[in-house]
Amino acid sequence: MTASDALSILKGAGATLTLSVLGILLGLPIGLALAIARWAQVPLLGRIVALYVSLLRATPLVTLLLLLFFALPNVGVPIGPYSAALLALVMNTSAFNCEVWRASLLAFPKDQYEAAQSVGMGAALRFRRILLPQIARASLPGLVNEMSMLIKVTPVLAVVGVVDITRAAQRVGAETYEPLPPYLVALAIYVPIVFALLMLQRWLERRQSKAELAS
Amino acid sequence: MIRDFGVVWSERGLLLEGLENTAIIAVVSAVLALAFGAVLTPALRSRHRLPLWLARTFVDGMRCMPFLLLVYVIYYGLPSLGLRLDNWGSGLAALVLYNTAYMAEILRGAWEAQAPEPAEAGVAFGFHGLGLFRRIVLPPLVLAAGPVIGNQMIQIIKDSAFLTTIALSELTHAASSIQSRHYVPFAAFITAVFLYWGLCLLVEAGVSALGRVAEVRR
Repeated sequence: MTASDALSILKGAGATLTLSVLGILLGLPIGLALAIARWAQVPLLGRIVALYVSLLRATPLVTLLLLLFFALPNVGVPIGPYSAALLALVMNTSAFNCEVWRASLLAFPKDQYEAAQSVGMGAALRFRRILLPQIARASLPGLVNEMSMLIKVTPVLAVVGVVDITRAAQRVGAETYEPLPPYLVALAIYVPIVFALLMLQRWLERRQSKAELAS
Repeated sequence: MIRDFGVVWSERGLLLEGLENTAIIAVVSAVLALAFGAVLTPALRSRHRLPLWLARTFVDGMRCMPFLLLVYVIYYGLPSLGLRLDNWGSGLAALVLYNTAYMAEILRGAWEAQAPEPAEAGVAFGFHGLGLFRRIVLPPLVLAAGPVIGNQMIQIIKDSAFLTTIALSELTHAASSIQSRHYVPFAAFITAVFLYWGLCLLVEAGVSALGRVAEVRR
């Protein structure tokens, strides 16, 4: 394996990183919206969201990805490999994020909410100034965990033809007849990123349990 | 659309075989991973530096690794080192290796949350070493960790779908074959999705049954 081979894998890392970051950024607010729909018990919508989340949490990303990639064009929605990959990532991660957000919404002390109501805060202001800052902090470790899960499933996006780290590594392996080194390079890119997120998650959890002990 | 599901129905044999293979490889690898994980757990709580460090490195290393890359390393990479496994061997090895780390970490977490008294009473009654671990420590551990092990079981079922990329004939692979044979992508994959859902609901039902057993034994 030459330096230019390693460089081509690094180029694939650009696609992986872009898709991961977009998936995370879109998945966070969508997950929150789904969680609020369930938490506020919006009639019908709450039920539908519950069903959607249960179904998506049970669906492997590969299966979802193949479904979107092959079935959407079939019903007249043209979709390329990159948009199918992003859509699958967002659908998958938002379902998991929904449960993280919902857990902290359910644990939120009701008296604070009522206190905000009693001083005349409107629903939007209550949400923005009282609810969101606190549930965001409480959800953070779970959300970071979900981010690392998302990054760990990205190699599968290569299945529909996204040229990511894994696809680039496969190409190098096929050209050099030495499949092991390029996969090790791919691992050397993935492992530190996921490890950093794991450390961040542990640090956040420690900080939170300390804060709980102090209060 | 109805016609498409009719096509899938006519290929139900293939789909059911895929479902069966998914269930088999998930159950076998879960049982093996739990067993190996239980062996690894004491090392994660070891007072000696070396076993602790080795176990920690293995567990953290696996948790930082994308599962699919592990599969590729085993299936495509290891033959150049002289170790050749077929797709079933590679898939099973990857699932077991990967989930052993998770199971060990789950059991360690549950162990740390256990009260020390039963184990101390066990020592007082003359249990020690492996006997103490197997008869006194492990049973309440597995009951307490039940829900988390159930979640991991669901994760294993979902991870097994990745093995379609090495042509292992599991559920997603069966759906892919039906879709490429008859061009019925929606019907084929949505059926697979609902079958996965069914499997996961089954695991959840099993976990809550285990929870009731744990409640009775408490």
